[in-house]
Amino acid sequence: MDIYLLEAIINGILLGGVLALLALGLNLIFGVVDVVWIAYADIVMCGMYAIYFLYAEYGVPLPLACLIAIIGVAGLGVLVHLLIIEPVLDSPPLNQLLATGGLLFFLQSFATLLFGTEFRNIGVRLPVLEFASMYVSFARLIAFVVGLIGAVALYVFLKRTYVGTAIRAIAQDREIVGLMGIDQRRVYLVVSAVGGALAGLAACLLALQYDVHPFIGNTFGPVIFMICVLGGLGNMIGGFVASFVISQIIAIGGYYSNTELAYVFAFALFIVLMFIRPRGLFAP
Amino acid sequence: MSGTRALWLAGIAILIALPAVIPTYFLHLVIQILIWAFIYTAWALMGRFGFVSFGHGAFVGVGAYVPALLWTYFDVTPWLGIPLAVVASVLLAVIVGYPCFRRRVVGHYFALVTLALSQVVLLSLVAARDVTGGSLGFTQKTVGHSWYALQFPDKIYFYVIAVLLWLAGLWVWRWIDRGIGREALEAISEDEDAAAAVGIDVMREKMRVTIVSAALTAVGGAIYGQYFMYLNPETVSGIAVSLQIVFAAIAGGVYSLLGPSVGALLTLSLTEGLRVWFGTNYIGAANTIYGILLVLCIIFMPQGIVGALQRIRPRRGSQPKPVAATTPGGITT
Repeated sequence: MDIYLLEAIINGILLGGVLALLALGLNLIFGVVDVVWIAYADIVMCGMYAIYFLYAEYGVPLPLACLIAIIGVAGLGVLVHLLIIEPVLDSPPLNQLLATGGLLFFLQSFATLLFGTEFRNIGVRLPVLEFASMYVSFARLIAFVVGLIGAVALYVFLKRTYVGTAIRAIAQDREIVGLMGIDQRRVYLVVSAVGGALAGLAACLLALQYDVHPFIGNTFGPVIFMICVLGGLGNMIGGFVASFVISQIIAIGGYYSNTELAYVFAFALFIVLMFIRPRGLFAP
Repeated sequence: MSGTRALWLAGIAILIALPAVIPTYFLHLVIQILIWAFIYTAWALMGRFGFVSFGHGAFVGVGAYVPALLWTYFDVTPWLGIPLAVVASVLLAVIVGYPCFRRRVVGHYFALVTLALSQVVLLSLVAARDVTGGSLGFTQKTVGHSWYALQFPDKIYFYVIAVLLWLAGLWVWRWIDRGIGREALEAISEDEDAAAAVGIDVMREKMRVTIVSAALTAVGGAIYGQYFMYLNPETVSGIAVSLQIVFAAIAGGVYSLLGPSVGALLTLSLTEGLRVWFGTNYIGAANTIYGILLVLCIIFMPQGIVGALQRIRPRRGSQPKPVAATTPGGITT
């Protein structure tokens, strides 16, 4: 096999790790709160700015900066839920979609206002690994491994803890859980915080690879939705698998043509797959 | 009814008098508002029945680029180019719409499939940068004043075109609103199976309104392209434009004739006003406020501005209806 193609495939797998993390966060929120956060990728952007300013401007050590960013974005998730989601919980789904769409406009423009449109890099230069004359970015490798750890941690959290059980219960039947003595509002807040924390974690990993700018959310946002829908909204394992399917399409497509056409192909394939499996690839 | 008619006549009289009294800059703004009002009205044809398309950016993009490219590279007059753009748009709408309806892709899924469609058009335009200029945009070949090329240096021509276009859009809205198809579509948006059971041809009704909506949107995009002469993928296609359409139409109200136009008037004058107010010192300030207002509007006025006004002063036969509910979520691990 062509060595460059193999390199593209490996990079695709590594990209899939970060996408999976984001897809899990978005899916968790959708599955439990039943609202699609259109602005999810822009919350990631906030986390990237936090890391940039803490680390590159104020000299906070990188691990601490990442920790603060994760906690901060988790807090932002709670704030988004309280200020925007809670008032529209009983509205038609369209209005919920639009409310978070308004948040997207707000976050992108507010970031433009505060930080300007220039691209900023946190300036961490990680080595590029050479393996059998293939080049693999170390930052991507870290992102992949941490992304997988995050996914496993989420799985354990949902399966093994009391709150996790409550979260799964609420996703199955939101009328009954109230009778079982579960505080629905508290679970929503926990889920928004966890979803935010996953976005924060993704922000740490993305900040190592990409420059941050106010519109970086537009690069990842549509792809993440596509992944979630393809896996079946709310279906965690489906979303996880779909992340790698889509990242492979983008990586291999990018190898044969250019990046935009690879995305065109991924989106077109997504549309076609939705016709074949309207409830997602892995719907029962 | 005579009161309403008098209001309409007064409105049209103002539109006729407008270019004589306002400066060119405002005329430019009014033309934009009218073109977008037309596009938002076209979107609302579908949106009011719960088919919330996030893909109309695709039709605007096709409508704008097809005549522009044909004219610049092959000297094809927009008089032929625009119908071709409409055909292309309708084809796109059928290719995506038919399977969507056939396979019952609804709610979030429909929104996101159509979102993908607008991304496909945006990214294709960027990817074909040898022809379209990519993200740098595309400037059409200019010939000065020409009916053949549909190019007029004087804004008044485009003002007349935009007014006629807008009125035509309203007429189509009313035509659908008055027709039996409206009852059928409302029945479909409430319960598709029940609608089919009473003998409504669900597919036919859905496809008809989708095709009309896509065709009109393409015409709007084409006139926008003819007016501006400069096209950029980001301003005529993709998620941003799709969201802009959905927001403005919803903000104005999709259940009333003038709702989407009010949405266009308010959102465009607001963004323009904020842009002028803040100038270039605070880039982003205008849209920051715009974003906050959008969220507030969705939370506190879910039926749109015109809908909210109508709720205060209810009128016969124009009761706002909630958008159809969709699939519930769920989580499986």
